[in-house]
Amino acid sequence: MNAGETLLAVRDLDVHIGESHILHGVSFDVRRGGITGLLGRNGVGKTTTLRGILGLVPRSGSVRLGDEELVGLPVYEVVRRGVGYVPEDRDVFAGLTVTENLRLAERSGSPHRYDLVYELFPELKQRGSQRAGTLSGGQQQMVALARALLNAGNQILLIDEPTKGLAPLVVRNVVDALRRAAEVVTIVLVEQNLRVAQLLVRDVVVLDQGRVSFIGEVDALINDPALARTHLGIVAGAAH
Amino acid sequence: MHLSDVVLLLITGLGLGALYFLVAAGLSLIWGLMRVLNFAHGAFFTAGAYAGWSASTALSSASPWMSWLAGLVAGIVAGGVFATLTEVVLIRPLYARPVGQVLMTVGVSLCALALVEGIYGNDPKQVALPDALTGTTAILGANITNGRLLVILGAVVVLVLLLLFLSRTRYGLIVRAGVENRSMVEALGIDVQRAFTLVFAIGGMAAGLGGVLAGAYYGTIDPVRGTSMLIFAFIVTVIGGLGSIAGSAVAAIIVGVLQQFLNFYAAAGVGDFAVVILLAVTLLARPGGIWGRAPG
Repeated sequence: MNAGETLLAVRDLDVHIGESHILHGVSFDVRRGGITGLLGRNGVGKTTTLRGILGLVPRSGSVRLGDEELVGLPVYEVVRRGVGYVPEDRDVFAGLTVTENLRLAERSGSPHRYDLVYELFPELKQRGSQRAGTLSGGQQQMVALARALLNAGNQILLIDEPTKGLAPLVVRNVVDALRRAAEVVTIVLVEQNLRVAQLLVRDVVVLDQGRVSFIGEVDALINDPALARTHLGIVAGAAH
Repeated sequence: MHLSDVVLLLITGLGLGALYFLVAAGLSLIWGLMRVLNFAHGAFFTAGAYAGWSASTALSSASPWMSWLAGLVAGIVAGGVFATLTEVVLIRPLYARPVGQVLMTVGVSLCALALVEGIYGNDPKQVALPDALTGTTAILGANITNGRLLVILGAVVVLVLLLLFLSRTRYGLIVRAGVENRSMVEALGIDVQRAFTLVFAIGGMAAGLGGVLAGAYYGTIDPVRGTSMLIFAFIVTVIGGLGSIAGSAVAAIIVGVLQQFLNFYAAAGVGDFAVVILLAVTLLARPGGIWGRAPG
């Protein structure tokens, strides 16, 4: 499959959590290569969409990775098909060392990209024997990203708000790392920081109240005052 | 207060703590990883005790050591197999239903007790031990039954093996990570279900070993000891910190020794009462236990 072809196709994705109907027939495509942004206001279902793709929440509809249907598979099988996940809260294993966190992410049958991981995050090599729970938020984010990047078998990474709560300098490092990562793997990025989104993202999918409200290119969305106001609730230029 | 009394009580308490630990280790890992409150764990202990007794009795014509060791192996295997079958057949279909799990494990415990009483009767069974285990060793003026020293040694070996398993193997890594965040382990492409079965099997084997060693500690086995062991093992697990093997080991020593000293120097039963008070104090002061993290 060539760059630009559809890698992930989400169709009519519905998610109910308890009594709440969170996603209402979400449909979009993700092209192979580069970063696709999943944008929208707080609480519109961006995180749930990623969790629905992965199967961490009960869902219906269709999620196809290449030719393979993912709905119906348990989470670990979805991941083994090549879907990496970086959750919003990082979810590093606090009691395990950095090295153990990475070892846990190793999948048999998939080459491991330790060279890339340590090139992007050299600090992780130095802190290999440190417990992940004692790392700063930025360092924990590096561990979370490194775990997803480690397996060369991953075709797509679902990354949820990687810059949330980080200092500006650390945000710049994360942006650099994501840009470099996008050279080797397709990324779906949930990001509240529109400046970051504009720096990294090519295509965007905007959600509003659990439905897709816009699909297109990021510049077309952010540079058009009417579109930006309608879909993101911002005035033109506020992202800069 | 004589030194020999103190030594005797200390080692007897350590032996009792060792038995608690053998049951508590599995309970703690099972709760920590799977959030299953396993009331059937005492039945694994009982299955080990009776399987061991049956194997030793069947081989009573062999040398005492041979028949006892056969019983030891049979007890470990019986505990492991019983636990594995319980997880695969009865608990796995109920992972999304915690109340159903509790009812199921209580049911298994009651059924196993009734089955053992039906087959072996209610009366205690005398355990045939090699002479070396019924003999005594003098330690600082106290004559300690070798069987009690063996129980302590057995628990130490299990503790070391468990710590090595958790720190040196991939499945150990999965268990440690799963105790922290099970869904994230799955989100790394790992089938946690296999770790569940393995943890149940390991816990059952440790409890089965405990059942056989309890025969060496008390000299007899009976159908209801597993239930009383389970109660104190739950207390040990909570005090030590759910999911922590090291915490369970320390808490087991504290509980066992405290019980022995107070039952001897205060009055019979005071030690058991003090252990419950200790549990309450721990829950108030440190809800996650000595080594665990606070819930929520």
